Amino acid sequence: MKTDDLIKMLAQDAAVSFRLAPMMWAMLLLGVSASATLLLLKIGIRTDIAEALFAGRVLFKLGLTLLSALLAVNLLLRVGRPGADLRLPALLMMIPLAILILGVLAELLTVPPSLWAINMMGRNAMVCLVVIPFLSLAPMVGAMAVLRRAAPDSPGVAGAVAGLAAGCVAAALYAWRCPDDSPLFVAAWYTLSITAISVTGYMFGKRTLRW
Amino acid sequence: MSNEIRARDDEWASLMRAAMGGDSQSYHRFLVTVTPYLRGLAKRRCLKAGVTTTEVEDIVQEVLLAVHTKRGTWDTTRPIGPWLSAIVRNKMIDNLRRRSRNSALPIEDFEWNLAVEENGSITDRMDAETAIALLKPQQREIVRSLSIDGSGVKETADRLGMTEGAVRVALHRALKLLAGRYGSK
Repeated sequence: MKTDDLIKMLAQDAAVSFRLAPMMWAMLLLGVSASATLLLLKIGIRTDIAEALFAGRVLFKLGLTLLSALLAVNLLLRVGRPGADLRLPALLMMIPLAILILGVLAELLTVPPSLWAINMMGRNAMVCLVVIPFLSLAPMVGAMAVLRRAAPDSPGVAGAVAGLAAGCVAAALYAWRCPDDSPLFVAAWYTLSITAISVTGYMFGKRTLRW
Repeated sequence: MSNEIRARDDEWASLMRAAMGGDSQSYHRFLVTVTPYLRGLAKRRCLKAGVTTTEVEDIVQEVLLAVHTKRGTWDTTRPIGPWLSAIVRNKMIDNLRRRSRNSALPIEDFEWNLAVEENGSITDRMDAETAIALLKPQQREIVRSLSIDGSGVKETADRLGMTEGAVRVALHRALKLLAGRYGSK
């Protein structure tokens, strides 16, 4: 086929039905609503939420996970665009990481060493490791579905970012349930969950996001 | 960006914005003006990679299909040139990977075939023509009518006894399939 003929044909299909950013927002909102519904109906939020909201460590956990989720979504919105410069949005992810490290240091300075291990293990480490990946499923599927129609420069990286965003969103939801408020707990188990989801995303992305 | 390049980019960007809103004429103008630029990029990359430039037109067509199916990933508030060259870069990487995978076959497997190939092209490449052969008969009919025959959607619909909407939907699906043939190879 001559290139001119191909162009004639393409021109007949001018209108675009898929626009990356609005589609990504729509699917994320859908995924987050699904996960939030699951959390509220099946798992429940912590019973002492009213008092907890006045505790510094709870606010730290809620704020930190929310900030991570927003910054990870910001990265996710860019990763599907060919030639996108990801350096700044990726660098911004260092902010929640730095805040987490400061939180951990504050905890280590204020809590006696005998409590460090206990605070880190918390009461619900296993629940955290199961529920965060579980809550990340819906946003992950949504993000992957949109990325399949997008054009990421690196399928693996795009999948990892989808996992990171879904994991951070899930963590921000689970934080409302999680009874363990020590930054040590967050640093250990939240980080582990989100990393595992990102690695899963990387492997899925590598296989499914080629275009 | 120099002023000249910026002016060119602005023109392409506004054509593409109109195209995405459904303006076929703007889209045609966009594709026609952008193709020599894409061809230049592809040629330069072929020379760099040591690939014969006879493949360039196939790559250009593959890139055009990718531009078409992925145009929703262009951020309409940003310059379009970098987006276009990123598409070319990605498609070239794919293309070279396919090529190296194919050429990793032992030569005995296709030696007999070498004499028949006019250009000495031994790769299992999927140009648009072969891809079209894999479409469903009706899609193929529509594709031929709109491309090689150069008919419009309305004419094609009348001749095939379909509605214009149905022709548009079938075309849209066929183009997605064609673009997909490259990616999955």
